[in-house]
Amino acid sequence: MISVSGVTKCYGKLIAIDNISFQVEKGEILGFLGPNGAGKTTTMRMITGYTPPTEGEVRVGGFDVVEDPIRAKKQIGYLPENLPLYNEMTVRGYLDFVADLKNVPGNIKPERISFVMEKCGIADVKHRLIGNLSKGYRQRIGIAQALVNDPAVLILDEPTIGLDPKQIIEIRELIKGLAGDRTIILSTHILPEVNMICTRVIIIHKGKIALEESLDRITGDLQSSKILLLKINRSDNDVGERVRGLPHVSDVSEIVPGEFRVTCEGSHDIRELVAKTVVENGWGLLELRAFTESLEEIFLKVISAEGE
Amino acid sequence: MKSVITVLRKELRSYFSSPIAYVVLFVFLVISGIFFFLYLQSFLEAIFDPRIQFVEERINLNEVVIRPYFGTIGVILLLLIPLMTMRLIADERRGFTAELLFTSPVRLTSIIIGKYLASLLLFGIMILLSAVYILVLIKYGNPDLGPILSGYLGLALMGASFLAVGIFASALTENQMIAAVISFGILLVLWIMGATSSAVDSILGYLSMINHFENFAKGVIEVMDVTYYLSFIFLGLYLAYIALDSERWK
Repeated sequence: MISVSGVTKCYGKLIAIDNISFQVEKGEILGFLGPNGAGKTTTMRMITGYTPPTEGEVRVGGFDVVEDPIRAKKQIGYLPENLPLYNEMTVRGYLDFVADLKNVPGNIKPERISFVMEKCGIADVKHRLIGNLSKGYRQRIGIAQALVNDPAVLILDEPTIGLDPKQIIEIRELIKGLAGDRTIILSTHILPEVNMICTRVIIIHKGKIALEESLDRITGDLQSSKILLLKINRSDNDVGERVRGLPHVSDVSEIVPGEFRVTCEGSHDIRELVAKTVVENGWGLLELRAFTESLEEIFLKVISAEGE
Repeated sequence: MKSVITVLRKELRSYFSSPIAYVVLFVFLVISGIFFFLYLQSFLEAIFDPRIQFVEERINLNEVVIRPYFGTIGVILLLLIPLMTMRLIADERRGFTAELLFTSPVRLTSIIIGKYLASLLLFGIMILLSAVYILVLIKYGNPDLGPILSGYLGLALMGASFLAVGIFASALTENQMIAAVISFGILLVLWIMGATSSAVDSILGYLSMINHFENFAKGVIEVMDVTYYLSFIFLGLYLAYIALDSERWK
């Protein structure tokens, strides 16, 4: 659905994006990660045709966004990082304008507008001026705007920024619900969000793709070496030794007195065994939990490795 | 075409939903009204001045009231039109809505033309309202209609060129003030060029906005003058297009 091939973008002498290529298939939700200034927004702007690439080619639904911009842009709904809202318009009037801009046929327009207002939870403010609304509402109007032409491709630049926790959950559900026959690219700096929504993740760092992996693989890889965090009340000298002696345990290290990091091999679940050992020895079990390497850690690892 | 109308309607709505349109119209009517009154007064004084009784045939409404009135409107437009056009494109940038416009399936040309037509309509309302004073003259006096009509054609063409310059200036920056200053600067330079040389056949004289307007005010419609303004409008809009299009590639 989206194909980015050999794309480079320079701003004067600065190379913002350096020869990146990737494909996004229909129905995928691709998460864009990267530190600030990595080139996420620039990449999204090139896909939406806002700024053309210096080199390379971007195709959306088979149409080149530079050669055939009108047909490419017709398929895109775009939520920019800075919300493109007119403060002097009412919510309804604004969506009406955007629907006209995006060639939504007149006979289905009112229906589409009510539908997206309902979906994004802004129907109750439809007659208010956008300038008077809170950040949460404005963000949702931005999302509604991107959806109004029922696009096959959705590009969302930080869709949940500025929302409260309840709204964040609602918007995530909304985005998940929108997938299926759509192709979605979203950028975010909230890493758990990628875990929750995306099917694939691309980490961009310094204008290059540092990691491109499906989310199943990322979580799958973590399964192979499991780490447990163990916290006990009374720590004897031989606790480390005794735990290490358990089957499938490959390493035990004491982080602070009373807190241990237990690494086990394979995909064996040894939590029950560890708990039993602790209780039998009367060490006073305080906490025992599986410690999975999070996306955060992968992210930091990738970013700092590339930084060398 | 449909997208031109979409942009046009949105711009008109934003003109009239903010105080801009009303303030511009009000100030324009007040200032042009004051000048109209002053010219009319000097006309009445001249008529009843015994010293000019002998040359009465040389004093007529067109010469003493209407021609200077048109000239004054020209100057007022020079001051007001940069304020009418300054936000057209600059504001889209500052408010980040440019990103919506330029990622929509709409041609850049349609956006520029839609915005231009909106400002043209507001300007049309302005000069239609200014005709109220002329209607008073026609009702109570006996002015020559020909120069009035040609004068209005000239005003319309000149104002339309001012607007095209204004939209170009607005395409250059995201700051409304800078846009207004740039368009005011360009217009003023083009205006005073005529002062250095009033002959239309010199280059500076030809480029001057005011020289081409003179003929219209006298009641003469010259193809050269009409062509001058039309090509000016085209140039302004084209430069606005270039400014916006080249910016994307930076």
